This record gives sequence, C-alpha cells and structure tokens, in this order.
Amino acid sequence: MENSEQERNFDAKLERNETIEPKDWMPDNYRKHLIRQISQHAHSEIVGMLPEGNWITRAPSLRRKMVLLAKVQDEGGHGLYLYSAAETLGITREELVSQLLTGKAKYSSIFNYPTLTWADIGAIGWLVDGAAIMNQVMLQRTSYGPYARAMVRICKEESFHQRQGYEIMMVLAKGSPEQKAMAQDAINRWWWPSLMMFGPTDEKSPNSANAIKWKIKRESNDQLRQKFVNQTVPQAEIIGLTVPDKDLVWNESKKGYDFGTPDWEEFYNVIAGNGPCNKDRLAARTKAHAEGAWVREAAQAFADKRKELEVI
Amino acid sequence: MNQNEAHFNYILRLADTNLVLGHRLSEWSGHGPYLEEDIAMTNIALDMIGQANSLLQHAAKLEGKGRTEDDLAYMRNEREFYNTLLSEQKNIDFAFTIVRQFLSDAFDFHLYKKLESSKDETLAALAVKGGKEVTYHLRHTAAWMERLGDGTEESHARLQKAWNELWAYTADLFAMNTSDRELVKAGIAVDNETIKSAWLKTVEEVMKKAHLTMPANTWQHSGSREGKHTEHLGFLLAEMQYLHRTYPQAQW
Ligand SMILES: [Fe+2]
Ligand SMILES: [Fe+2]
Repeated sequence: MENSEQERNFDAKLERNETIEPKDWMPDNYRKHLIRQISQHAHSEIVGMLPEGNWITRAPSLRRKMVLLAKVQDEGGHGLYLYSAAETLGITREELVSQLLTGKAKYSSIFNYPTLTWADIGAIGWLVDGAAIMNQVMLQRTSYGPYARAMVRICKEESFHQRQGYEIMMVLAKGSPEQKAMAQDAINRWWWPSLMMFGPTDEKSPNSANAIKWKIKRESNDQLRQKFVNQTVPQAEIIGLTVPDKDLVWNESKKGYDFGTPDWEEFYNVIAGNGPCNKDRLAARTKAHAEGAWVREAAQAFADKRKELEVI
Repeated sequence: MNQNEAHFNYILRLADTNLVLGHRLSEWSGHGPYLEEDIAMTNIALDMIGQANSLLQHAAKLEGKGRTEDDLAYMRNEREFYNTLLSEQKNIDFAFTIVRQFLSDAFDFHLYKKLESSKDETLAALAVKGGKEVTYHLRHTAAWMERLGDGTEESHARLQKAWNELWAYTADLFAMNTSDRELVKAGIAVDNETIKSAWLKTVEEVMKKAHLTMPANTWQHSGSREGKHTEHLGFLLAEMQYLHRTYPQAQW
C-alpha cells in the first residue's frame, strides 16, 4: 500500500535523524501538530512585544531604552521567521493572525501577566527568555526542517535577551534599597509563571507523547523545567535575590534542585482566559489589526496598480 | 551666550529632535499596521534614539559641567528642550506618523549632508553616520507617502488631512536664533536657509507622486528654537522622565 510505504519512509527519516522538509510526505497529525505549535510560538513572540513594549517610553536611561527597543524588534523578527515556517505547512499568514484574534490559537500564557515596574523588564529577559531558551535550544534539533532552521537564527539572539535581563536585575539588586526591593518583587511575581512556561507535568501533558515520538520535542516538560531551575537558582544567589520557593533544596543524589509545585490551578485559569492581562493583550492586537486595515489595503491597491508583487 | 554655550545649545537642538521623534515612533512598537512595518518603525526609532544618545554625549562634553547624556535627556524641563514642533506632534494615525517622519527625514537628509563638513569634527562624524541612517529612513517614508497617496481613496484622504495639519510646522524646522548664526560664521553650524530649496525639491517631488496639494491655510507656527512648544511635549517628557526622576541618584 502506497500510504504505508510513505509512512515507513517518514518513520525511517525520523529514525535517521533527517529533517522533514515541506515537500516531503508527512502524516496529517504531524502537520496539524506543527501548525499548532509553530503558530502558537509565533503568536507568543508577537504578543510578547506588548508587556515589554509597555516600558520602552519609560525606560530609565537612554542605554536601557535602546537595548529594550532592539529586543522588542528582535521578537518581532522571531514572529516573522516563525510565521514563514508555519506557512510552509500550507496555511496563510492571514489565517494564522485570524486564529489569534478569534482566540482559536493560543500564545504563551506568561504574557498574560502585567509588567508593573521596570524590574519586570529585567525579570522577563532573565526568567522568561531564559525559560524560552531551554525550549528553543532543544527545538534547533526538531524534526521539521524550516522550524529547526528558524530556531537556529532565533537562538543566536535569545542569549542576548537573557543577558540584558539578568544585567538589569544585577544592577537593581546592588542599587538602592528601593531598587533591590523592586527586583525582589519582580522575581516573586515572575518565578512561578516562568516555571509554568514549560507546560503541565509530563503525565498531564496531552500532546507531549506524539511530539516526542515525532522528534518535534526531544525533552519532556519536566526535564526542561528541571534544567531551568538548576541553571537559574545559582544566578539568583549570585546577585543576592531569593527564589520564592520554600521547598527549594539541593538534592545531591540527582545533582539538581528539588522544588515546589507551581499553582496549576492558576495555570489553567490563565489559559482559560482569566489571567490579569488576557483581555488587554488580545484587545491591543485586535486594535492594531483593525486600525492597520486601511494601511494594508492601501499598500495592496498601490502594488496592484503597479502590478508588483509585494509581500504584506 | 558665548560660543561654547551656543555650540552646546545647537547640539541640543539636533539631539532633542531625534529623541522626541524617536520617542513618538517608539510608541508604535507592538502596535503597527502589520508585522514588517512594526519592525521597521521600531528600527527607525532605535536609530533616532541612538543618534540622540551620541549627540547628547557630545553636548555634555562641550558643556563641561559633568552632566551626562542621561542628565540631559531626563533632567531638563519643557522650556529647556529645543526639538522641532513637528517632532513632538502626536501619532494620531499611520498617515500622520508617515507625514511627520517624511518631512523631518527630508530636512535631516539635507542638513546632515552639509553638517558632514562642519568644523566640529565630532558633529561631522555623527552626521556621516546619521546621514546613512537618514537616507534609509527617507527612502522608507517617501515610499510610504507614495503608497498612501496613490493607494485607496481612504489612504489618500488621510494623507492629505495629515499633510494639511502638519504643514504648519515646517517653517519651524528651519528656525535659527542669533547664536546659531554666529556658529554658522564659525563653520560649525549649517545655515538652514541654504538647504531650504533642496528640501523643498524633495518635498515637491514626493507630493507629486502622492497626489497631494498644498493646504489652503499656509499659517506657520514657530517657537521651538526658544524652547516654546506645543502642549504635547510636556506629557511626552512626563512619561519619558518619570522613573529616572523618581530615583535621581540611582544607576540603571
Ligand atoms: Fe523571541
Ligand atoms: Fe527573546
């Protein structure tokens, strides 16, 4: 049977750790899983511009303002690479954007938390980009070629994001008492949501088994979460900030930290739309899209008049 | 005002326009009409704030009172800012943003070309670097002027409306005070009169492509060269400066 031969080919490619390319045959569910995951990832980059963009006009020094602008611009670029990768699977940018705006597609729940103080910009770079890197480093070896290549480009920029965030926190932590309090308050608020970024525990993660079988993911949620904790706790200690987890303790036998359980009820609530900023984030995206409509139409009309091909 | 004070003040004019216009543009970040343009506007904002940063460093050095670029950006009040009136006007919509940026880019483009031969070597070097960026910005905004002007009925109407309202701030781009004129004689500053015809040529070419007409009312506002602004600047500075001023001794 033709189908099963295609399937055997596909499995053999995965077995040999070869990438799957857009023109290759792939199972429908593999394609669906990828569209869901890549678009969710792209939307996260775009929505992620909002909480950080929130502080561009108020950044406390010119240097910080420039670094933040550069970072937010990078995130937009990441969204662009990822939308392009998703488009190779046979879906258009328009469809992807409309899935975001209608709530059909998700984005990372972390961006439904507010950036209340300047220290939150440090915490996001350090913790949120730090957690994202764990995932993205793994995804450089994901089985779908265009996704893996997008990740290679993205990872080059992400380490700068993490460093600038950590540096903001370091400066605040050794600053005035108010600055240090600001930094501690930020880690208190961002620590648990950052741990939740890796998704539910392995036994409760509905899509994980397939993702690992298809070599889309190569490490489980819990493995990545553990790695993140192991890497981040010492970084907090160096700058004199406290990780808000009373159960946190070094476990010599596993050469890693034991740590507490995130509030999964909060996690599911934020996913369900009840986070502090879900409505604001979606409203901001919807407004930008609606107010941009006449601009996109004008650009299209102009291009049509000149019979030029322009990518909008 | 002695020559050094005049020189300091002249550099502030250039720096403040970049800072304020860059700030306005940065308000779009994450809210652009589509992703590619969002990135482009953020990128131009970054260029402009980068230029402001370098110019303010230069100004601080000229002043020689131990102030830093951040002191100058964050600790001066409304009446001590010399940015053009055009740069502080609000975004309103994408057409306003593009017209404001285009008019300013066209001015900077011709100004920087002349500043490249300033006797102030630091300024001349900044003009070379800034000129490259401005050339790209101008290409970007001129292309948008044409696209919006020759796009749809709605885009043309919006562009013409923005043009009519913002044209009133164009004479202020060229404003000079008496100490600027002394600096022109010293070979440091550019006489803005000498770039007017080149600027107008650029503007008229683009107007033609964008099917724009001059507004019936040609009244021109003025005052920025003396630090007299529209009401918009105060709010912009309040937002930009609040955190820095809340903890004036802090390092960031
Ligand atoms: Fe990113
Ligand atoms: Fe990032």
